[in-house]
Amino acid sequence: MTVGLPEVRSAHGDEVLQAAGDSVLALRQRFGDSIGNARESSGQLWVVIANDRAHEILAWLRDDPGQQFNYLCDVTAVEYRDPELPLEVVYQVRSLPRGIDLRLKIEMDPEGDLEVESVTDLWAGANWLEREVYDMFGVRFRGHPDLRRILMWNTYDEGHPLRKSFPLRGHRSRSEQTRNALAANPEAHYTLEELSIVEAYHELPADVRERLVREGRVAQP
Amino acid sequence: MTPRTLEFELKTPAVDSSGRLIAAPLGVKRRPSESVDDDFGAEHMLVNIGPQHPATHGVLRLVVELEGETVRRVIPHIGYLHSGFEKLGEYRQYNQIVPLTDRTDYLSPMANNITLAMAVERLMGIEITERCRLLRIIAMELSRIISHLVWAGTTGIDLGAYTPFLWMFQERERVYNLQEAWTGARLTTSVARVGGMMADVPDGWEDQLRDFVNTFPNTLREVDAIFTRNAIWIGRTQGVGAISAEDAINWSLSGPMLRASGVPFDVRKDRPYLGYEEFDFDVPVGEHGDIYDRYRVRMEEMFQSTRILAQALERLRPGPVNCSDPRVILPPKSRAMSDMEAMIYHFKQVMEGIRPPAGEVYQAVENPKGELGYYLVSDGTAKPVRWRIRPPSFINLAALPKLCEGAQLSDVIAINASVDIVMGEVDR
Repeated sequence: MTVGLPEVRSAHGDEVLQAAGDSVLALRQRFGDSIGNARESSGQLWVVIANDRAHEILAWLRDDPGQQFNYLCDVTAVEYRDPELPLEVVYQVRSLPRGIDLRLKIEMDPEGDLEVESVTDLWAGANWLEREVYDMFGVRFRGHPDLRRILMWNTYDEGHPLRKSFPLRGHRSRSEQTRNALAANPEAHYTLEELSIVEAYHELPADVRERLVREGRVAQP
Repeated sequence: MTPRTLEFELKTPAVDSSGRLIAAPLGVKRRPSESVDDDFGAEHMLVNIGPQHPATHGVLRLVVELEGETVRRVIPHIGYLHSGFEKLGEYRQYNQIVPLTDRTDYLSPMANNITLAMAVERLMGIEITERCRLLRIIAMELSRIISHLVWAGTTGIDLGAYTPFLWMFQERERVYNLQEAWTGARLTTSVARVGGMMADVPDGWEDQLRDFVNTFPNTLREVDAIFTRNAIWIGRTQGVGAISAEDAINWSLSGPMLRASGVPFDVRKDRPYLGYEEFDFDVPVGEHGDIYDRYRVRMEEMFQSTRILAQALERLRPGPVNCSDPRVILPPKSRAMSDMEAMIYHFKQVMEGIRPPAGEVYQAVENPKGELGYYLVSDGTAKPVRWRIRPPSFINLAALPKLCEGAQLSDVIAINASVDIVMGEVDR
């Protein structure tokens, strides 16, 4: 159900929904066209935001004294069965002092380039959540300090399991999957971060070394 | 003293983020920048804990960077128990997802079952009956008690106290007996259905529960007596793994982890569901955010849960458990065979399944581990487009590197225990 905001507010006397509606109005006032449709379902409000200003919008929601959405509840993604519908990256934010929730969505073409800006600099808790979305949907988060797979192992190469194009039983035969999983032997792998701890640093590729130094994860040699 | 070096080579080479192989021999040597003196502590060492290690509470692998005994960095590796529940849920009807929820947080299965039913009911706008509501509250508080009992018992073992573990697991067995009498299963209960419960409680169950509610606090007080003022317990937990309120919010912690840091957010109070606002109970809030405060918060929550259980038992009256909405609950067989309308509903439910309208809902509950959220997106068919679990222990575990900063190696075990993870939910 798509509704204009005044209708949302009059249809539900609920205070929480009204406060969330006020936040959407404030967003629209400040960011104009970057704020898309606002919709309501099951007494909860969500609003579509533009991908290129999403980080700015989330930072404003967090820091503005009138908004105070200081708690990031969840980051996830949704892909619909209908290929015409966009793939959505969903942020559930909450204002602990004001006691209201808001859901923000970034819409993307599922066939296109899936990239959004990371919010790990705003909320440290977004780190693993964004890694999970990357692992499961293949959405890349620009500026994420450590964008690796998290639930699947690092060498997993079958794709991103929660995409609708990924069959329930995987792309390959059961026996091949079992062979690959056994050969993966994840305990024998160390991440770049771990390699940087010990002396293997000098043998890393130059671009990786540069990144580790830039992010302050390794002592300057 | 000459610097000790230990050279070894990995059997399989390391891999960078784009999947390229990095053929690099690993050696534990000192860093060039930190060659202050030749003492042993200047070496940085990688220690691998797990995944098969009893103190990691499941299949969790921690790679720990050590400088002597001091932890410089902890890097958790998860995913060993990944079962793709969210993907499986997209291929199942709503009531068929209930058994999957058992297996996520298997230490509080009934609370998960009920959360899923609540999410679908909210999506469809279904009112449940009064008896169902109270039974659900009872189930959720029992889940909180058994989950916290496992936590306190195993954390005690991690820190060297074996006896309280036995006391607490005896009490937990009594709750498991109650679960078995109600559902037929001790662990995988699958107790909830959309619009009601799988069954009403059997005869005499309420008396057994009343007996439990009356006697359980005695055991809890014994545990309290042996832990709370115990010098060893205090020494191992106070000031260890502390996190401030600002950091706890920034790391999206929830449940006892958040409240132990002094943030009084409890979903039962702040986003009431199932009529929790009618119940008289307190939310314990810590002050220092260390392991000791988490222990105190969880202990007090168990006392408060027995208070809620006693109140729910007092209000429990005979009556129907399932609602009468024919979209989700089958009409009685006798009516389905004689009444045309009832037969149509029966046919549609059996052949098509429950079909919520297109829409989405985020249903949060206060699970023992923290805020459990089920985010359901429906496109009007009988199977969800997306069933997202907001896993409290996954998000709490993400803060482990932060909690372990500057701790000793033995503290890592205690801090990891204090997070209260269950790997079935972390990996899903």
